[in-house]
Amino acid sequence: MAKLELRKVGKFYGGFEAVKSVDLTVEDREFVVFVGPSGCGKTTLLRMIAGLEDISSGELFIDGARANAVPPDKRGLAMVFQSYALYPHMTVAGNMGFALKMAGAPKAEIAEKVQEAARVLQLEPLLNRRPRMLSGGQRQRVAIGRAIVRSPKGFLFDEPLSNLDAALRVQMRTELVKLHQALAATMIYVTHDQVEAMTMADRIVVLEGGRVAQVGTPLELYHRPANLFVAGFIGSPKMNFLSARAVAIGPRETTLELAPDRVLAFPSPAPALAIAPGAAVTLGVRPEHLRFVESGPLRGVVDVVEHLGVETLVYVKESSGGTVIVRTDDLSRVRQGETVSLALHPDRGSLFDTAGDALFHLSPT
Amino acid sequence: MNEQRASLPGTIAAWVVAFLMVFPILWMAITAFKTESEAIAIPPLLLFRPVLSSFAAALAQSGYLHFALNSIIVSLGSTVLAILIAFPAAYAMAFQPGRHTQDLLVWMLSTKMLPPVGVLVPIYLIFRDTGLLDTVEGLVIVDTLMNLPIVVWMLFSFFRDIPRDILEAAHMDGVGPRKQMMHLLLPLASPGIASAALLAIILSWNEAFWSINLTAAHAGTLAAYIARYSAPEGLFWAKLSAASVLAVAPILLFGCLAQRRLVRGLTVGAVK
Ligand SMILES: Nc1ncnc2c1ncn2[C@@H]1O[C@H](COP(=O)(O)OP(=O)(O)O)[C@@H](O)[C@H]1O
Ligand SMILES: [Mg+2]
Repeated sequence: MAKLELRKVGKFYGGFEAVKSVDLTVEDREFVVFVGPSGCGKTTLLRMIAGLEDISSGELFIDGARANAVPPDKRGLAMVFQSYALYPHMTVAGNMGFALKMAGAPKAEIAEKVQEAARVLQLEPLLNRRPRMLSGGQRQRVAIGRAIVRSPKGFLFDEPLSNLDAALRVQMRTELVKLHQALAATMIYVTHDQVEAMTMADRIVVLEGGRVAQVGTPLELYHRPANLFVAGFIGSPKMNFLSARAVAIGPRETTLELAPDRVLAFPSPAPALAIAPGAAVTLGVRPEHLRFVESGPLRGVVDVVEHLGVETLVYVKESSGGTVIVRTDDLSRVRQGETVSLALHPDRGSLFDTAGDALFHLSPT
Repeated sequence: MNEQRASLPGTIAAWVVAFLMVFPILWMAITAFKTESEAIAIPPLLLFRPVLSSFAAALAQSGYLHFALNSIIVSLGSTVLAILIAFPAAYAMAFQPGRHTQDLLVWMLSTKMLPPVGVLVPIYLIFRDTGLLDTVEGLVIVDTLMNLPIVVWMLFSFFRDIPRDILEAAHMDGVGPRKQMMHLLLPLASPGIASAALLAIILSWNEAFWSINLTAAHAGTLAAYIARYSAPEGLFWAKLSAASVLAVAPILLFGCLAQRRLVRGLTVGAVK
């Protein structure tokens, strides 16, 4: 129904390049999430797809047809704004039916479509209220209802949950995923919250400074981050980055030196690493891939222990100066101020070169 | 907010200043109810039997109703016209600003800093050659142009308080600029439009310069009526006062009725 293709799409505001040559294909009925820190160009990219912002360079295709010059309402896409953008002087029913009414649809048809959307979103008892008499979550539903009523081919969401409280956010997250399944429509969802991205997306597009840092499924991004930025952005608590030196790159075994007396060896990857022996590298290890041992390659003093119930986060001040976060369910062993030793999971972790690009991953996929 | 009580001396001082400022108008109103001989009595009379004879004389002699009707037509006509022109202009400036929109706004306001007398000759000549001298239409045009910058500015600031997202949502829904203005801006900005209209009516009603210089007996407004009245009848203070009261009374009454709306409209941006 709606397949979107972006080819080298870019956006200039005066001399400032907000979006830089984005190549992306969104398949029909896919749920794609754009994620990245504030100011990375997510909204701009979404607005270009919506048609609210001109595309400065590159091309957009919707279902194979070039859409750069197609006006927003002719693209078959509906947008849900962060601020909800409800019409304050109209009732819920008025808001949802406005587009159809303006298009001259018959009253009966409008009423039917509004009823249908209200039923899906459980808004039936609120149809005659004004937006200001609704809670944040209800307004959000109305905004989504307004989009549904137009039966669009695709939905565009710009941080739709960021104005809701935490509990409601989790609930709406699930509801949106269900809605996606029920409507079988393409959805593009913008958020700065990597948890939202991980939980909702079929595929995630990580943006950094207007550029695509990586595109992939949540698990791909988690286990095989293409660069330090993605590695650091996806996952909470953050991936640990350890500076190291590649001391020996043999055909069977690669050896890293974390500190003068501490080395780490692992099987060499199939195409040998494209770095010279002695080169500086960064080893990325997720907090859950570290464990406490009698004697391991990492040593340090326990700084903070956070008990979260299901798991415990231990912040270890490492002897070389940095802090390493360990995620463990082992409550008995660690105390603050204790000297501990850590071992790495034998087949998890990523290695990055000095430019920040991934050299290879030890991962299940 | 600082909930301090005003001090007594402060209150008294404020009342004194207010009284001094209102005094001339008050004196005019009092004089209007005197006879001519009472009006020029020295020392001035504070106690007298109020009479309406001066009003009667002013009304009988000078075609007050004719001028009043002109005032109504000109102020309402120019206001409607100014709103009709300013509405789409402010829409474009607020929601689709170009590179020079800001300059344009400043320039429009700057035209209000030019003394009107500076353009009197060209405008007079244009009016003479186009046959607009001493016509109500001509005055409507001049008052419209005179108020346009202020009305555009007011509407512009009201529109800017309307979230852009709302119009963009409508845009996505296939609602074009004209329908956006009709169905969204008009209802949402109606308090602002009302304030702008009230101000324009008052400014136009009180406008004297163009009215005096571009009209004669036919299209004169109440401002011209007083100006003309004062020359030959200048010595008849009671009658002149009565005429003046008749000229300002309608707009004063109107202003009082509209006061709350006007104040709210003018401060809405500042309060938010
Ligand atoms: N209308 C605009 N004019 C100039 N710069 C803009 C405009 N809109 C956005 N930008 C800039 O483009 C960059 C990306 O903005 P945006 O897409 O809103 O980021 P995000 O949604 O990821 O937070 C930011 O640096 C922002 O300042
Ligand atoms: Mg944004």
